[in-house]
Amino acid sequence: MDEPVAPRGLQVTDAEAAHVRRRYRSERRFRLLGAGAIVMALTMLALLVTSIVSTGWSAFYQHSLKLEVYFDPAVIDPDGKRDPDTLRSANYTSLARAALKAEFPEVEGRRDIRALNGLLSNGVDIQLLKMVQADPEIIGQRLPVELIASDDVDSFLKGFIDRDEQESNRRVKDNEIAWLDALEAKDAVVAKFDALFWTSGDSREPELAGFWGAMVGSFLTLLVTLGLSFPIGILAAVYLEEFAPRNKFTDIIEVNINNLAAVPSIVFGLLGLAVFLNFFGLPRSAPLVGGMVLALMTLPTIIIASRAALKAVPPSIREAALGIGASKLQVVTHHVLPLAMPGVLTGTIIGMAQALGETAPLLMIGMVAFIVDVPGGITDPATVMPVQIYLWADSPERAFVARTSAGIMALLGFLVLMNALAVLLRKRFERRW
Amino acid sequence: MADGERFDMSATKAKVVARDVSVFYGEKQALFDVDLEIGRNEVTALIGPSGCGKSTFLRCLNRMNDVIDGCRVVGSVKVDGTEILDDGIDAVQLRRRVGMVFQKPNPFPKSIYDNIAYGPRIHGLSRDKDDLDEMVQSSLEKAGLWGEVKERLQQPGTGLSGGQQQRLCIARAIAVRPDVILMDEPCSALDPIATAKIEELIDELRESFSIVIVTHSMQQAARVSQRTAFFHLGVLVEVGETERIFTNPVDERTQGYITGRFG
Repeated sequence: MDEPVAPRGLQVTDAEAAHVRRRYRSERRFRLLGAGAIVMALTMLALLVTSIVSTGWSAFYQHSLKLEVYFDPAVIDPDGKRDPDTLRSANYTSLARAALKAEFPEVEGRRDIRALNGLLSNGVDIQLLKMVQADPEIIGQRLPVELIASDDVDSFLKGFIDRDEQESNRRVKDNEIAWLDALEAKDAVVAKFDALFWTSGDSREPELAGFWGAMVGSFLTLLVTLGLSFPIGILAAVYLEEFAPRNKFTDIIEVNINNLAAVPSIVFGLLGLAVFLNFFGLPRSAPLVGGMVLALMTLPTIIIASRAALKAVPPSIREAALGIGASKLQVVTHHVLPLAMPGVLTGTIIGMAQALGETAPLLMIGMVAFIVDVPGGITDPATVMPVQIYLWADSPERAFVARTSAGIMALLGFLVLMNALAVLLRKRFERRW
Repeated sequence: MADGERFDMSATKAKVVARDVSVFYGEKQALFDVDLEIGRNEVTALIGPSGCGKSTFLRCLNRMNDVIDGCRVVGSVKVDGTEILDDGIDAVQLRRRVGMVFQKPNPFPKSIYDNIAYGPRIHGLSRDKDDLDEMVQSSLEKAGLWGEVKERLQQPGTGLSGGQQQRLCIARAIAVRPDVILMDEPCSALDPIATAKIEELIDELRESFSIVIVTHSMQQAARVSQRTAFFHLGVLVEVGETERIFTNPVDERTQGYITGRFG
């Protein structure tokens, strides 16, 4: 940064020159501080993202054991009628275990057999059931199937469990490692993209737990929130800004709305518990109630942002419309509101993003329950993404750590998407005057 | 109140008759008992120093003061014999009859066509699309803007130059076929060439409309108006033929203002 020099021929006293130098010095200092602040913020962000991605990336793939499974008709369908109920209640786990035992016929003794069975996930029965339900023709056939490995095996294969550790401190024992090595030598261990994470609901078993249930829950909840808070927020803002008289009463309302925006969100959860659940008797753990509680929380944000946007529309536009005989409502709906729309939408999306990341109020209304099924409607029990992350973070199994980080990545992805949408909508609706 | 003979104009020629009009902003009185007639097919100029109440008076004539919180208007304003300050009068209908052009050009952030078509649309003045097209064209023609914009009717009105925007606003005001047009310093934001065009336009519009114009420029009042009213500190000091006011004012305050001793 070169300090500008006074034009030649211009007489400058020493005092003046010193003053100018001081001015430039303080400006330089200020710029340096600003740049420093930005660098710090970026470092923190980079740190956060790196730590999440480095722990979470491993949740996106999953190890399976490729075994020859005999779909034994005697086990699946002893009477041969292909009755769906019989097919559903068959003992598929035994088929998977038999396939594994066939690989290691030398394993004997209850304890060793139990350890061998422990290589497979508890979810293999569902896996096989789904195959049979999709195509009953496979009963009686011998097919290679990629059976999901248990979470400990998966962690070991991903390298999170050190085989040089003392055996007593290790979740995967020596004999299990030997079997896995044997399977690996036969190319029977496969690592694949974990589709289950994106398609299933929660589970007690980390290798079976998916985020889809929480994603659908969040979507349904936000749908309710948006459907309530957007129209109510705009109506309230328009009425307060354009129609309501200015008096003590409206002043009190305004102060109260501003205060509501600062109320801790858990208080809204308690309110929802007391009013929606206990008084109105609405279903527990449902996106309907979650959405209503979050709508209460986002309303002040939307009202405040909308009022600011309405206030920013130049009065000349109002006068122009009034001057040619538009009614007050026409002025608002034809001119003021369309011009305020970018601001209103930005406020709404900020509010929705807040609601997307909100956990505390939803704990109060039971959305913290362990829910395996993907919700099909707004009255089904459900959980939401941040609560799912909270639940996983609280689970003892080692493999849930990666799941938690993967969930955070998904949540952050949605937030970025929503913010991108906000920018896009702003650009679309933005008009100049 | 029916004492119209006090003024040099017969009651039949007056389009708008204001009697004892006072305006209060909360506790503060901004206008004191103004009596003024606006002539049919004439341009009446309201002059006076800043804050003298001329714009306030103008906004009484289409009840634009209604939208200001705490503003109260008392007295009587009759347009074609109808009292417009009555609560029973619909301000929206009144503003269709008494149009307004503002100080700063304020086209809607819409296309040129929609700017003009908006008034006829909300008042249901056109039968069909062709009818509306014709209204837009004739309004723009009357405002002397048709030749400049006929090729780009769908482009935004805010993209025009300042003078064009103001003529667009005039075209928008006349599109709803008012009887009276109020202009609140319509040239104060324009350069001299654009101003000259607007002044020329005002002179042409006089044939179809009664016009009231508030202006800070005494030259402009002298050029465009037939009658001039001089306001000072909320009081209508003097009103008369423009030529007489500028050459032979009766009141010494008028004299002082037009000779530039204050204002």
